[in-house]
Amino acid sequence: MDFKGLLAIVMAAVLVNNYVLSQFLGICPFLGVSKKLDQATGMSIAVIFVMVLATAVTYPIQYFLLNPNNIAYLQTIVFILVIAALVQLVEIILKKYIPALHASLGVYLPLITTNCAVLGVCISNVDSYMTGAGFGASFVQALFNAFGSGLGFLLAMVLFAGVRSKVEKANPPECFKGMPITLISAAIVSVSFMGFAGLVDNLLG
Amino acid sequence: MEILFPVIAVSIIGLICGAGLSVASKFMAVEVDERIPKVRACLPGANCGACGFAGCDGYAAALVEDEDLPVNLCVPGGATAAKSIGDVLGRAAGDVEKMVAEVRCSGTCEATSVKMDYNGLPSCSAAKLLFGGTGLCVYGCIGLGDCAKVCPVNAIHIGGNLARVDTSVCIGCGKCAKTCPNGVIAIRPASAHMVVDCNNKQKGANTRKACKVGCIGCRLCERNCHNGAITVTDNLASIDYSKCDGCGKCIEVCKAGCLVALNIANAEVVNS
Repeated sequence: MDFKGLLAIVMAAVLVNNYVLSQFLGICPFLGVSKKLDQATGMSIAVIFVMVLATAVTYPIQYFLLNPNNIAYLQTIVFILVIAALVQLVEIILKKYIPALHASLGVYLPLITTNCAVLGVCISNVDSYMTGAGFGASFVQALFNAFGSGLGFLLAMVLFAGVRSKVEKANPPECFKGMPITLISAAIVSVSFMGFAGLVDNLLG
Repeated sequence: MEILFPVIAVSIIGLICGAGLSVASKFMAVEVDERIPKVRACLPGANCGACGFAGCDGYAAALVEDEDLPVNLCVPGGATAAKSIGDVLGRAAGDVEKMVAEVRCSGTCEATSVKMDYNGLPSCSAAKLLFGGTGLCVYGCIGLGDCAKVCPVNAIHIGGNLARVDTSVCIGCGKCAKTCPNGVIAIRPASAHMVVDCNNKQKGANTRKACKVGCIGCRLCERNCHNGAITVTDNLASIDYSKCDGCGKCIEVCKAGCLVALNIANAEVVNS
């Protein structure tokens, strides 16, 4: 696996196929936790962590268990089950051994237990990178894609937290206050990400 | 019988996950001191932060951990909370003086006026950035209600460009005092007899120009207080509440009218 290919995967996941702004997954935390920058960052770091971990567990399950036995249709239920258990396990471990990290991530870990962005990453990894290249190479690609997707989530959250802090002070008309203006600004931020289409192909292709 | 394999497979995965989690929670359980929830139950749960901790949970955890931490730091909970925490932890409760916030400004629309037609953000801290605030007096209450916004119990209301505290509702947490960009709000004992409702530290003549009821630092109250409870520093009178006995002499001699009587039997007489 060459460096350029992995870089292309990460950049594509961060900018072109950004989970929040281009694929509209994980909108709930995107709108819910983006009010404050520090909370948005905490949540995003938790998401990066869980995305990579969830891919590391679900990819082998798909590869070694579901596909050989022709039960790939059980993907969704098995993935949700495994991810939920995994996040709980991570929380228990953090609470015991790294209380400081648990205190900062604590609230957000249960929130991302069944986050659709996490499930989306696992499923799209299976769809995109389950190639004939053998387990090792495609597994590394999937992991990098998960990491890049998490970074993209972080980017979207941080950007939007900044936009939102401006919007809060802008004193919009009464009928737009709160969620309406937030959704409109989310749409505009999302439109700005359309500008990245084709970036990776032309830059690294 | 095609269905059997998927059912068994998913069940096994579920079992593994469940077993793993229960084993993990058993082996990696964090022991929580059973006194923490008990102490927490004694606290009012306003999460105001007056005790100096992040919230009621933080204070409860700190109380159990630190043997020397006073149990009477909770201002809203007062003596009742301190006593019940003392009972749980087996420590002497000590006294808790009920504290309330005081907006040290009497600059109503009649007493003072504004120096600009302010159309910016409706926030004191934003207005403060423009020439020290909207009013003629740069020390007084700006009246845009930053304090009212942070008050956890809605004790502060704005009337006549001036924030006023409802002392029967106020829990004395001090959030407003920290928020006020002019530092107008002070936390005082609820039982205080007198308060100086002015925060202007300018020389008398300048204070006079800005506000009709500002403290001009004439020291008449200081000289006439037989308990030595009043001191004038930086052209502003301040009261040592522990020494004041509420005789009302200072109010009689105050020319400016910035001293306000509270909690004394003949308050009406003195004020008139």
